[in-house]
Amino acid sequence: MNASAPKKMSLKQKYALMTRGVDWTPTYQKPEDFYPYAQFEGIKIHDWDAWEDPFRLTVDSYWKFQAEKERKLYAVIDSIAQNNAQTGITDPRYLNAVKLFIQGVTPLEYQAHRHFAHLARHLPGAGVRIAAQMQSIDELRHTQTQIHTISHYNKFFDGMHDFQHMHDRLWYLSVPKSFFDDAVTAGPFEFLTAISFAFEYVLTNLLFVPFMSGAAYNGDLATVTFGFSAQSDESRHMTLGLEAVRFLLEQDEGNVPIVQKWIDKWFWRGYRLLSLVSMMMDYMLPKKVMSWAEAWEMYYEDAGGALFADLARYGIKPPKYADVASKEKDRISHEVWTVFYNYTHAAAIHTWDVDDAHLDWLSEKYPATFDKHYRDRYLTWRGQAAEGKRFYNNGLPMLCNLCQIPMAFSEPDDPSTICFRDSTYNGAKYHFCSDGCKDIFDNEPEKYVQSWLPVHQIYQGNCGGASVEDVLKWYHIDLGTDNLDFAGSPEDKMWQSWKNPGAKPESDLPLAAE
Amino acid sequence: MSVVSLKPGYTGKVADVEENFHGARLLNIHWEGHLNYCAALCFPLPPDLPFGALISDVVGPIYGLDADWAGIDWAQVRWTLDGAPFTPDFEKSLGAQGFVHKSLLRFWTAAEREAA
Repeated sequence: MNASAPKKMSLKQKYALMTRGVDWTPTYQKPEDFYPYAQFEGIKIHDWDAWEDPFRLTVDSYWKFQAEKERKLYAVIDSIAQNNAQTGITDPRYLNAVKLFIQGVTPLEYQAHRHFAHLARHLPGAGVRIAAQMQSIDELRHTQTQIHTISHYNKFFDGMHDFQHMHDRLWYLSVPKSFFDDAVTAGPFEFLTAISFAFEYVLTNLLFVPFMSGAAYNGDLATVTFGFSAQSDESRHMTLGLEAVRFLLEQDEGNVPIVQKWIDKWFWRGYRLLSLVSMMMDYMLPKKVMSWAEAWEMYYEDAGGALFADLARYGIKPPKYADVASKEKDRISHEVWTVFYNYTHAAAIHTWDVDDAHLDWLSEKYPATFDKHYRDRYLTWRGQAAEGKRFYNNGLPMLCNLCQIPMAFSEPDDPSTICFRDSTYNGAKYHFCSDGCKDIFDNEPEKYVQSWLPVHQIYQGNCGGASVEDVLKWYHIDLGTDNLDFAGSPEDKMWQSWKNPGAKPESDLPLAAE
Repeated sequence: MSVVSLKPGYTGKVADVEENFHGARLLNIHWEGHLNYCAALCFPLPPDLPFGALISDVVGPIYGLDADWAGIDWAQVRWTLDGAPFTPDFEKSLGAQGFVHKSLLRFWTAAEREAA
């Protein structure tokens, strides 16, 4: 820019100058050396300038806008601390949703920050590089705001103290971790399709809406606050995802089958990951928002149906096995809750007896399955707990080699029988929970023979020792505090003392740090 | 193509080769019709372990928490090993009866068979 530039530029001019205007074509190096990751996936791009950023966001306005949101957010965080907002939640059982979030999702935000920075360097188009750069900064900000807001609960409650360490080691956190590891070890175009499109565009409403509404319904001002602060970023990310996929499809007809394969794969991976959210929605919210089945119908079957009808003109079909996901909508939350009830002794969250009112809500929301398959199971467990024999499964579970979730999912057409699938590759057996997971393995076995399956790693002696206590120590799970049933937990006792002080003096109420 | 990779011919290191389990082989075992146990169980077991000990010493203490376990008539149990019908010899070792690394043993006990 020089002195003759007009004082006030239009948004379009500014965008052109601050994105493509600062780009240059390398002459000392060959393009394929300068952008080494752009070719190997087989995607063909003929015209990078055809990339349109619908937001036309430039760094200067981005910075101003984000700074304003930060000021608001930190004012609210201060007031959360000053007003003892931890006492305002409906019930401490609710916080297990927040624990799952900080352990399972926040580390993924950080991974996303890192990998969008990688795309901001390695995609050959200036427009998409700028968009990736903004998203990289967004994701880092989301990591920080989540840590800062949830840290308020960490002062009083358990299971949140070592979330990043746990994310790298715990059996159930290997599910989100391996999901993202798969994405970041793919090429840049698969990553965009996986994270920006399949996850942020197609499935994100099933992650963020349930968490944010769940928080609002259950008095969790902290989560609502970072959710609001991230909302405008998320809509930008969703738009990037849709724009990216449209761009790939429009650039070359040969891209269509490649993108279709990625959509099939990442729909299924994202859906399996969201089974953790299904449990959160149906079991962990004292005040319920909607059932998983209702959310699936609204956010996937209706909204996703319209999206894929729109993409049909490029020759894109709805994701393979979306029909299986719909068949499973009446059972996955119960199957996953059963996993966590079985293994609460090895988890940094609590589970508990599902009380009668909750059982009735589940019967009402799941008339075809709940009373037939799950109610008696929970009543048996209640009886065992009443006799002082709360059920814990003392055997380690068989895991799916792909999604890494215990093999708890049932046959698509039979809720009473576990679905077992397997492949043999180079003479060795690999087991899967579904045709969806098996297909992904069969397409790229060299990638998934490397899966770090927590159960197998324990048996190889790589997780701190052979006893449960050794492994929990290695996980940084504080035995008897972070794990086991909610009933009788330190959190349960603390909450009782807050709500029914009884003999306890008022001063036992924890006051926030000044 | 066994993987889409930057370098042609890329191969991954297999994480779960039998040699990594200190002489044991992994065995997955699942009691059908008892989904209060959320999933099949996985154990590292020596190939010379007798089948009878697998039932009494390895899975017995775990499945024994279920009231149905004590009443199982073992002569009536239906088994599959890696998808094929299987008749175990309780005296013989796992290795002598076709169990390999990461085999899957499923079994249906009488009550479930009648219900089916």
